[in-house]
Amino acid sequence: MPILGADMEAGTLVAWRIRPGDHVRRGEIVAEVETEKGLIDIEIFVSGVIERILVQPGEKVPVGTVLAVIQDEGALGAVPAGPAAVPAASVTPTAVGPVPGPAPTAPGLAPAALSSGRLRISPAARKLAGELGMDPAVVSGTGPDGAITREDVEQAAAQRGLAPSAAPTTPGPVAVDRQAQLRQTIGAVLARSKREIPHYYLATPIDLHRASDWLGVQNAQRAVPARLLPGVLFIKAVALALREVPELNARWSDGRVEPSPAIHVGVAISLRAGGLVAPALHDADRTPLDELMANLRDLVKRTRAGTLRSSELSDPTITVTSLGDQGVESVFGIIYPPQVAIVGFGKIVERPWVVGGQVVPRPIVTVTLSADHRVTDGHRGGLFLAAVERFLQEPARL
Amino acid sequence: MTTDELRATVLRVLGEIAPEAELTRLHPEQSLRDQVDLDSMDFLNFVIGLHHTLGVDIPESDYPKLATLEGCVQYLAALDGVRNKESAR
Repeated sequence: MPILGADMEAGTLVAWRIRPGDHVRRGEIVAEVETEKGLIDIEIFVSGVIERILVQPGEKVPVGTVLAVIQDEGALGAVPAGPAAVPAASVTPTAVGPVPGPAPTAPGLAPAALSSGRLRISPAARKLAGELGMDPAVVSGTGPDGAITREDVEQAAAQRGLAPSAAPTTPGPVAVDRQAQLRQTIGAVLARSKREIPHYYLATPIDLHRASDWLGVQNAQRAVPARLLPGVLFIKAVALALREVPELNARWSDGRVEPSPAIHVGVAISLRAGGLVAPALHDADRTPLDELMANLRDLVKRTRAGTLRSSELSDPTITVTSLGDQGVESVFGIIYPPQVAIVGFGKIVERPWVVGGQVVPRPIVTVTLSADHRVTDGHRGGLFLAAVERFLQEPARL
Repeated sequence: MTTDELRATVLRVLGEIAPEAELTRLHPEQSLRDQVDLDSMDFLNFVIGLHHTLGVDIPESDYPKLATLEGCVQYLAALDGVRNKESAR
């Protein structure tokens, strides 16, 4: 069971997408795991052949538990499907025995086709299954391409003697518990952050008139689905500035800093039911702006639908947060360990600004940096914010 | 399309973006952003949803006209009227 964030202690294996004997390639999605952050697609980080499955759908296991055994290049090793490497020695090297069959299903319920791709299920059906504590993988889908509909879950629940929620729009006890659990884990990890990380805070107002003008011209020329948001310019500017101040793009681990070779920007995304998740936009510094915007839209959509990938939760090397839409002018974030910095963007507001001795109205955004004093000091932090400003003054080069 | 059909379309698109929102209780003349808790990305997705459903390209400069449910319906009705006139020529 991979660790998908500093706040994760356990996860529930919802479904396998592979079976013993299947060939898998590094990066392939092999399982779905339920956490407080939603349903996460688990990517495997080694290529090989699935030997055995050790954890069955519905089982909740602690982080670090071996989920499956994979035969890798002729050598039998136990490999967790995810980024949290567990030494092979932690698994008893038993002789390969009979391959376990698929997870037992309730009478009258046929398992959904899992090996052909992700579990096809509507959000309403997934939500209802969660409220009922049902494993959606054991429900037969009657929707398009075998997708599981809410009616399928209701029917399967009736066969099992489970009562669907009377009020579908009201979160059921399980959903409420998940929210409470998410709030609790956010509180725990951020309390530890405030306790252990010596934060320092910087803020700088940035004139956005060039970026706003450029964005206006761009969006006027673009079809609606191709339009850009200011937020994507902010993310790209942060990513490029990190190349100049790479100490902020790192992890603090075992009492020392580990610089990250890649820039994976975590984006704080609020969940509609409350709480937030900050999954990664991978290689944000090297991704063209249009692609970054498309990736951001996709990431927000999947975060709120609860369908993230494991690498998106485990890979961020810095976080960007924005509360501008809520009218907040400046946000000083709390660092999400093991990261060493978080960048905040406030609301873009029109302010009087002095340019060449004249007071003119300008769109201004306040950019903040919360950083770990064990890794950097205010001087380096200031250089980083100056670099962000410089990149935002040349939007066409982002 | 009638205004009722346009209203139903707007609500359907909103429902895809904010499935938990109680859209039947929306005040027609109060801010959609406030009532449905829409952020910039949600609003862009709303405009994209209208684009895909109705085939309309709404310029950014017209976004303020979509601030309320009633504003959306009136704006889209006006666009629909213009398109009907153009197709009748």
